[in-house]
Amino acid sequence: MYDALLAETTTISGAEGDSIEAYLARTMTAGPVGGVVVIHHLPGYDAATKGIVRRFADAGYNAIMPNLFHREAPGAAPDDAYATVRAQGGVPDDRVVADVAAARDYLRSLTNSNGKVGVIGFCSGGRQTYLVACSIEIDAAVDCYGGFVLNSPPAGSGLNMTPVIELTPNLSCPLLGLFGEEDKAPSPEETAKIAAELDKHGKHYEFHTYPDAGHGFFATDRPMYRPAAATEGWATLLEFYGRHLSGKES
Amino acid sequence: MCTYITERITVEGTGKGATGWFPVTNASVYFDHPVSAPFDHALTIDVANPAQGPAARVAVELDSASARALANAILKTLDAVPAELL
Repeated sequence: MYDALLAETTTISGAEGDSIEAYLARTMTAGPVGGVVVIHHLPGYDAATKGIVRRFADAGYNAIMPNLFHREAPGAAPDDAYATVRAQGGVPDDRVVADVAAARDYLRSLTNSNGKVGVIGFCSGGRQTYLVACSIEIDAAVDCYGGFVLNSPPAGSGLNMTPVIELTPNLSCPLLGLFGEEDKAPSPEETAKIAAELDKHGKHYEFHTYPDAGHGFFATDRPMYRPAAATEGWATLLEFYGRHLSGKES
Repeated sequence: MCTYITERITVEGTGKGATGWFPVTNASVYFDHPVSAPFDHALTIDVANPAQGPAARVAVELDSASARALANAILKTLDAVPAELL
């Protein structure tokens, strides 16, 4: 199997035409192939999440991760950018949606694209994935333990983050949720309530909750990494994307 | 879980970063997933000067016991200082 890929930093035109940095990993196959927009977690546009972008290219997709903190901290180290954004209370939801829409359009413009693009996000990016999937047209969404989809962050947290559950009627695509049984945000009780809301609106979704795993079980560079859950999670999400992002443009 | 718990204050003084000493103007204190410390959660303190850019920052990530010990040490030190020096 031909498995060459190319990974590099590029620039895309994000919300309001702003030029923002993005990390792009493309399969070198002729295609047509699907695309994946990766939404990084609150700790930022970091090396571990760039590895996830490359993993999608290795799996035969074109993948891109816009640097959602580029405007606040252009050229900064990821941890410094995170500290800057956290001190400012986060980034605006409408800007995230527009940046992801721009990243989606960039992937669709690639010559080997089949026109289908999914989105995936981790942690705060999981909530943003839910937000994006309910705000723009996209082909498949994967929410990895996104907190505060249903509930509000603690009072006085200082972060401008509000629940997005009320957007559920607008969900535009199939949704896959991957959660840890030991997570407190989102807890299994919360994800059950989110599932009930999706049922209520007749949405296509599947949720998987892994035992012996908490928040961040995909994070290979952190103590919360859980190999069993992560391995099964990767297989599940690649199968999900295989179903919804394959084939030619319709 | 991500706690998102954050306290933000303004401060006056200096800090030593990667390129030397610089004036500091702001501090954030939060308890969440650390970037570097080998814990699920840590108490992070960022003392920074946003006007000088994101890299103008002094950061520590501590486990909760260490953070409390540090906070108590700061208060104990200040409590021991003659009032006329404060």
